[in-house]
Amino acid sequence: MDLAVVWFVLIAVLWTGYLVLEGFDFGVGMLLSILPRGDSEHREKERRVLINTIGPVWDGNEVWLLTAGGATFAAFPEWYATLFSGFYLPLLLILVALIVRGVAFEYRGKIRDEGWARRCDVAIQVGSWVPAVLWGVAFANLVRGVELDAEHQFVGGFLSLLSPFALLGGLVTLSLFLLHGSVFVALKTDGEIRARARRHASVFGVAALVLAGGWAVWAQVAFSVAWTWVAVVLAAAGLVTTLVANRRGSEGRAFTASAVTIVAAVVLIFGSMYPDVMPAVDPANSLTVHNASSTDYTLTVMTWVAVILTPLVIAYQSWTYWVFRRRLSTTDIPAPAGLSLKKVREAAFGGASSGGSTGRGLTDGSGSGS
Amino acid sequence: MDALALARWQFAITTVYHFIFVPLTIGLAPLVAIMQTAWVRTGNERWLRLTKFFGKLLLINFALGVVTGIVQEFQFGMNWSEYSRFVGDVFGAPLAMEALAAFFIESTFLGLWIFGWDRLNKKVHLACIWAVAIATNLSAFFILAANSWMQHPVGAIYNPETGRAEMNDIGAVLTNNTLWAAFPHQITATFLTAGTFVTGVAAWWMVRLVRTRKAENVELARDVYRPAVTLGVIAMLVGGIGVGVSGDIQGKIMYEQQPGKMSSAEALCQGQEGAAFSILTIGDLSNSCENVRHLIEIPGLASYLGTGHFSGPESYLPGVEDVQEQMTERYGDVTASGDPVTYTPNLAMTYWSFRLMIGMAAGSVLLALMALWLTRKGRVTDNVWFARVGLVAIPMPFLANSFGWIFTEMGRQPWVVAPNPTGIDQIRLLTERGVSTVVSPGVVLTSMIVFTLVYGALAVVWFTLMRRYAVEGVPLSVRDESPEAQEPPDEGSDAADRPLSFAY
Repeated sequence: MDLAVVWFVLIAVLWTGYLVLEGFDFGVGMLLSILPRGDSEHREKERRVLINTIGPVWDGNEVWLLTAGGATFAAFPEWYATLFSGFYLPLLLILVALIVRGVAFEYRGKIRDEGWARRCDVAIQVGSWVPAVLWGVAFANLVRGVELDAEHQFVGGFLSLLSPFALLGGLVTLSLFLLHGSVFVALKTDGEIRARARRHASVFGVAALVLAGGWAVWAQVAFSVAWTWVAVVLAAAGLVTTLVANRRGSEGRAFTASAVTIVAAVVLIFGSMYPDVMPAVDPANSLTVHNASSTDYTLTVMTWVAVILTPLVIAYQSWTYWVFRRRLSTTDIPAPAGLSLKKVREAAFGGASSGGSTGRGLTDGSGSGS
Repeated sequence: MDALALARWQFAITTVYHFIFVPLTIGLAPLVAIMQTAWVRTGNERWLRLTKFFGKLLLINFALGVVTGIVQEFQFGMNWSEYSRFVGDVFGAPLAMEALAAFFIESTFLGLWIFGWDRLNKKVHLACIWAVAIATNLSAFFILAANSWMQHPVGAIYNPETGRAEMNDIGAVLTNNTLWAAFPHQITATFLTAGTFVTGVAAWWMVRLVRTRKAENVELARDVYRPAVTLGVIAMLVGGIGVGVSGDIQGKIMYEQQPGKMSSAEALCQGQEGAAFSILTIGDLSNSCENVRHLIEIPGLASYLGTGHFSGPESYLPGVEDVQEQMTERYGDVTASGDPVTYTPNLAMTYWSFRLMIGMAAGSVLLALMALWLTRKGRVTDNVWFARVGLVAIPMPFLANSFGWIFTEMGRQPWVVAPNPTGIDQIRLLTERGVSTVVSPGVVLTSMIVFTLVYGALAVVWFTLMRRYAVEGVPLSVRDESPEAQEPPDEGSDAADRPLSFAY
């Protein structure tokens, strides 16, 4: 068996895992300002419901990206080198977005202060909207082909990445993730927010059908091969099923169908690229699965590692979703456990460096909080 | 500055920053796991209180380690694409293994641990923090395997057709003696870091409580914070002895593998027998040997550290000038502008980072000695100096970690992949040839400014939170939240109806 091809498929699998899982994380993050309703106290509770639907799992979901990156480095060093140096600015934006978003998830509840929570919400929004668009732009460019020179270096410049086809690709991932996030929230919550998520899913579903449908046909006609029509049809069927199941209230089925849509999108993207990993405008300069890959020895080693570990990862991550399977509603959310920053000033020990020269306020200091 | 200098600065900034958080995470995760194990086995609430207290500090720290780690995974391709092309066949493997074997376990089981107190059986929940602790250490192993290969390439050949290093023996890459010297050194350094952190925080609290002279506060200090001091001191002793022994082994290996690095660490210009270890040396910053003056010296010690001999022919250490001569003869590289390559790393930088790495251990030594004396035989103390030394000692191992890595990486220059002196000569890469060719200086500068600003802001948030949660102390009361300790649910209702015990 040709190991370079096997690894092309494996990397597609890693990206599938990433986009399906973090796809709904991004969706939930973007919905943070869209879904919650009611007075400010209720809105805050609903925001916390949303964040906690992904609280225990978002970090594990993001590791699929790190693994896709690491695996590309190991299996296709030339691809990794050209792609990451060539798509520099979009990747920089994605990195910053993921940094502020991750920190905001983890630190939001650590400080009890409304202003702090609002700033974290902004970080979560930016951190979700930006990558949701940019991943689509990046992949659309891989489908379309980019300017590579004979040394396989990207020479197109940043603006060449912003073609209409690529920008439409950004809107495709955006709408798919909004839909995916909405059906995920409908599946994982209860009460008003669940009903609202379903109504939003209907709207996002129609938008995704129009945008993704148009883009997929464009990609198919202009850049792909015949067999990937299967993926286009599958994606369309997935979206229609999502909409119908969502309308009927079969939330599990709707979520499965929107996940299938994302899988089909990855199949279309990688199928259209093959046998290139990075098609060039001049096909002679394209990076292919063979001229970009590592040696057979390295690929053999990595295949063993991946064959043993990937099923384990899927097993324990699935178990996590089982452990946290219950639906959340506003009544499940406990009182905020974060500490107030003002309090420590009131407690006034004269700063941490005073070494406890006074016991004033001590009982208060050690006794508050969770 | 050109793209090369900027890319090097950016790597230094993002990596040193990332590595502020990592040693504490790697060392503290096992200590929290030990605290929770003690609670599960003894049922004594003091251990649950300590688990919750240091667990929160671990999580605050963990978050920044995770998000700044993403940059590391991407940066090789973004700024160092030519390096990536040259080494990817070998270097990519441990990186991918790290993600598959360590990062997934770390992130998934940390989520289970944070949110699983009332969802998981007590022992399963305990297993989750152990999984995190083991995975963080495993992650250190794989990333050090990758780094050690850059210090000392093994298990690979140079393929002239593809112009790159290609792996032919993963076993050799994972049993590289450089790796097996660096891994214990780094792991014991994280124990020293976390041990100092736990001891420092607990010492400050103990003194603060005892000084109130209230019986219940003194009791809290004795019952809860004293065991934390003891645990921290044990970690410091294990870590401190380990870091010294492994560092000694590493120094001797490094004299064989990268004599230029070690000679620079001593600012040893000409080779000599029975070379002294200097504590204070002055020179100019032009990186020339001419003005180097050693002011305070311990005779023979540098030779001993490098060779195991204080004097005699076996104690001979080459100087940087010898190394320069040998390397020029052997490799004779020229820079992009056509000048001969200088095979000497920055002398002042390597000399001082090496000494600061070692010197920063002083805080931990002092704190451990004070703790052993002041808390002997069940005592607690109100000695203000114990608290002060505790606080001053906390940042010192962090700095030692940073200086150690600055030394390791700066000392390897001008190489990004240093040649293995005993074979596979063609596997070597000058740093200046590893940088991305298509990325303009303006773009690198932009990203460097963006990262510096974002990281600076996050550092303020991190410090504020760490300080605030440390000052909060252990929770006043704790309860066993595990499913087996909960009342059976009433008829018709479900256990799942209870509010979450924890939520963001």
